[in-house]
Amino acid sequence: MPGLMNRASTVVKAKISKLLDRAEDPGETLDYSYEQQLQLLQNVKRGVADVVTAKKRLELQTTQLEQSVVKLDAQARQALQAGREDLAREALQRKSVVQQQLQGLDQQVQGLQSQQEKLISSEKQLSAKIEAFRSQKEVIKAQYSAADAQVRIGEAATGIGEQMADTGLAIQRAKDKTEQMQARAAAVDELVAAGTLEDFTAGDQTELDRELQQLTTSTQVDDELAKMKAESGAGDPQKELER
Amino acid sequence: MIVRLMNEGQYRIDDSLIGRLNELDDQATAAAEADDEPTLDQALDEMFELVKREGQVLPDDEIATSDVLIPPSDLTLEETKQLLTHEGFIPDLPSRS
Repeated sequence: MPGLMNRASTVVKAKISKLLDRAEDPGETLDYSYEQQLQLLQNVKRGVADVVTAKKRLELQTTQLEQSVVKLDAQARQALQAGREDLAREALQRKSVVQQQLQGLDQQVQGLQSQQEKLISSEKQLSAKIEAFRSQKEVIKAQYSAADAQVRIGEAATGIGEQMADTGLAIQRAKDKTEQMQARAAAVDELVAAGTLEDFTAGDQTELDRELQQLTTSTQVDDELAKMKAESGAGDPQKELER
Repeated sequence: MIVRLMNEGQYRIDDSLIGRLNELDDQATAAAEADDEPTLDQALDEMFELVKREGQVLPDDEIATSDVLIPPSDLTLEETKQLLTHEGFIPDLPSRS
């Protein structure tokens, strides 16, 4: 008989019934339950704020990587003008890898935006339900017998628990995703700083992915190198590369 | 019947929709078992669309426990499997139609 719902609600119900056991007086249970909800709501609000901050940081990282693409491009030109084709090639290689990584990141940051909107709306739903619980609890206290009140408290608390669990899941997912993306952005950052291409691509890619990426990279590098050579009249090597 | 579209909110739907939801639920379950993520995602998306189109949004201040939870299609296959039980997302209730 049980589908997904029963499994989830069993957890919620177990927690609720523990809560209900704590107080004999339904009025007390209601107040206690409401206090708990308010505390949990604070956690939820903090969680949402964390996700928003993390996303902003990620956007900043993306901007910095975009700037490093521009910088690497300029360095490659400089190197070529100085007659250092080997350095120009290396700079373009790094630039190409950063660009490929940036492409994926950009899309993911956009995806995170919609996740964040849902998260905020979910938090609003939770706040509204807790507020509704506050007014309902006064009605229950005033109008119902102890036994009826217990049933109604149970129902309301379970409903709130479900919303809480859903909002919590949304926060967790958004956090996980931002962390993954930050790690990726940081790795690209390091790559730009240190230039260890092999280490970077050793992540979760398959051998084929790596080969394909290398192929793309080297073709792109050759193309750009040819273009730059054409632009600068195939190099007149007087200037030294500024480092 | 009350349905929660996970990460979106709760909807009240007419019992006449249960039959169609159950069909999609069966597809989703079979796809998850076969590790067929595209088909699974498609079935979940259709369930979301159906509930959004035919259902009524439960007001934010109405407190209710859902009869059914439907996960979003952007969960990974593994995450979805953890949520699935042998009867799918929706218990096989007899539809009233």
